[in-house]
Amino acid sequence: MNSDILICGVGGQGTVLASKLIAAAAMEEGNVVHSAETIGMAQRGGSVTSHVRIGSSASSPLIPYGGADLLLAFEPSEAVRNLKYLKKGGRVIVNSTPVRPSTEPEGYDEKDILSYLEKKTGCIIVDGAKECEAFGSAKFFNIMVLGIAVGSGALPIESESMINEIEKRVPKKFTEINNEAFKKGFEIGELSHENK
Amino acid sequence: MKEYVMGNGAIALGALSAGVNLVSGYPGTPSSEIIETVSKYPHKGVHLEWSVNEKAALEVAAAASYSGCRAMVTMKQMGLNVASDPLMSVAYIGVKGGLVVVSADDPGPISSQTEQDTRRFADFCRIPVFDPSSPEEAFEMIRDAFDYSEKYSTPVLFRPTTRVCHAYASIEVPEEFSPKAYDGFEKDPKWVIFPRLSYINHGKIEERNVKLSEDFSGYRFNTVSGDGQKAIVTSGVSFSYVKEYLKDRTDVRLIRIATAFPFPESFATKALEGVEEVLCVEELSPYVEEQLLKLCGKHHLSVKILGKLDGKVPHNGENSVESVSGIIADFLGDEGGKEIIDTSDMPPLPVRPPVLCAGCPHRASFYAVKQAMKGKKAFFCGDIGCYTLGNAMPLDMVDTCLCMGAGITMAQGLKAANDDAVCFAFTGDSTFFASGMTGVVNAVYNEADMVLCVLDNSTTAMTGHQPHPGTGKNMMGHMVEKVDIKKVLLGIGVKKVITTDPLDLNGSIEAVRSCADEKGVTAIIFKSPCIAITKPKDSCTIDADKCIGCKKCITEVGCPALSLRDAKACIDADLCTGCTLCKNVCPVDAIRGGSRNEQ
Repeated sequence: MNSDILICGVGGQGTVLASKLIAAAAMEEGNVVHSAETIGMAQRGGSVTSHVRIGSSASSPLIPYGGADLLLAFEPSEAVRNLKYLKKGGRVIVNSTPVRPSTEPEGYDEKDILSYLEKKTGCIIVDGAKECEAFGSAKFFNIMVLGIAVGSGALPIESESMINEIEKRVPKKFTEINNEAFKKGFEIGELSHENK
Repeated sequence: MKEYVMGNGAIALGALSAGVNLVSGYPGTPSSEIIETVSKYPHKGVHLEWSVNEKAALEVAAAASYSGCRAMVTMKQMGLNVASDPLMSVAYIGVKGGLVVVSADDPGPISSQTEQDTRRFADFCRIPVFDPSSPEEAFEMIRDAFDYSEKYSTPVLFRPTTRVCHAYASIEVPEEFSPKAYDGFEKDPKWVIFPRLSYINHGKIEERNVKLSEDFSGYRFNTVSGDGQKAIVTSGVSFSYVKEYLKDRTDVRLIRIATAFPFPESFATKALEGVEEVLCVEELSPYVEEQLLKLCGKHHLSVKILGKLDGKVPHNGENSVESVSGIIADFLGDEGGKEIIDTSDMPPLPVRPPVLCAGCPHRASFYAVKQAMKGKKAFFCGDIGCYTLGNAMPLDMVDTCLCMGAGITMAQGLKAANDDAVCFAFTGDSTFFASGMTGVVNAVYNEADMVLCVLDNSTTAMTGHQPHPGTGKNMMGHMVEKVDIKKVLLGIGVKKVITTDPLDLNGSIEAVRSCADEKGVTAIIFKSPCIAITKPKDSCTIDADKCIGCKKCITEVGCPALSLRDAKACIDADLCTGCTLCKNVCPVDAIRGGSRNEQ
């Protein structure tokens, strides 16, 4: 299998864990995997990306523009910022909850951004804040989005492999709630698939 | 066993499997995870340390190498400047056990002050350098680096770049590691540098480098593939970008130089046979390009060399598949690239400059100084660490920032040239130990009037929370006596040292005022742990009925947890850590709650 997945968001949203789980699950299924992360100063509230490259045909640690099969965006404006990485016809899953930079707290309207995304791609829009309410923190979006990706068929990885990796890599006391978040995501993903 | 690790992890595991006996270094992006990885794997019998700075780290490692140990030192490229004093000299003295100095370059720059090139430093020191293009190669190459170091009795530089350090790959590593057996230090005049010895060794080094150039001409990672009259010469991670573009094409010659110094001359000469035009694709300085120009001059080769020097490749910034693809397509006359979604019509996007985290105690410290100095002429000298981010609006509290430790000495210089201003230096706890202390001695000795603000958050935050002498923990896993910053300052002779909690805004403002009014060197230690090592007990909330929407909390404090929603301030409970700084600013008492647990 060859599949390039770009994960983007704002520093602190948990994109790194999501990319690690995808990489680990893909490896468990016998694939060669490479990935790359944003680390350092840019992590402090800046735009962050993780590149996961499944398959042996990848040379560069970073996905080339127009190469990603799937874009997992934790924030609407970050989805648009990274759209150049998406393959024509690639899938997008986006969290519609905006993170407004403290330097321009009134600065942007996510509605324009989301309608632009819909115009350009066939994307699944998820209200992350609302869907995560039951789990007590919007931070669970990073696991939920994996469920959506698997459930919608956008990420060619088995549900079981992903759950196994969540159990292996997430602290014990959070395993159950993360599994719940994954399941919830899976349902959202399945539903969006059926609606297509 | 297979391990999925970062490039830095691959370097660590490669060194362990090479039998490394001692690893030292100072944190710096993109190099920090090397030592952290060593600490996470079984490393019995390996001495591991975060040294106070890169110079100390290299000196510790050099002496171990004199004793026959295999030693590795890790740092970022700026750190090599700090370590350059011992490195230049140990290049003349030579080594016994393998000594590998890892200096991670940061093209972009992404998290650095400069875009300097460690390969040029290798040339300057006349020592070999290895330049891996991927984590897999880094794992193999670091082991080669130890072998070459011992074979030629020389320190060796190892130069990964950010995209190699922070890329992940699967590495096959041994189940167990065993440090190399060694004899220990033997007294010999060869370990004592003197002008006469340097003169003799200088000659020997140049002779050796001729041999090394021949040896490197057969080195397994200096490679050539494909054929044709056009060649692309590349090095480091750019090699992987070029491969991504060329895929399986063989109508162009692809030459990769993994050992830029001593340049593998006969390898390159042979690889260029029949070639008419060369495009050099490398990051940072046009080092390989210059070597090729030299080679063509020396051998009267009629080859056109293109690259940074003729403007084909930009001098600054990092390469990417995209940047490299355009340049190669132009060079090869290729047409039609990959189809990319047209985003030329995209709506304006918010800019996200890096900012201090929500609830960061540094924000409170800067705010206290700002309030205390309102209406007065004051200069604020910043330093290297998270607190460099105090420059962002609305704080705007960093007037200068140069290099590690410079804030303290620059505050002295500003005062000498601007007697009417109050001059402040801000330094972090780790930076204070790394290169701040000598500056304080300088200030006291030279009768400076300045206020030193030590922002003590009990960790090295920016690079990933490494321990330092003030934390009471070291990398051998031992609890040790904390080096007390206050005692150090008093010992140096700083007359007035106040410790304050930056989250106590009024107390902090008072402390700043009292120090600013005094002659001589005064110091305030703002002590509050980094939010990454504390837990909020209770986050703050806004009473929407009371909030008048004046935005003062947002425009004064600039905390990422604060935003405006429906014309009222709003606090993101997931981000707020209960520091209560915004509470102090609100004119109508609309902010409630807020407290946090200590460590």
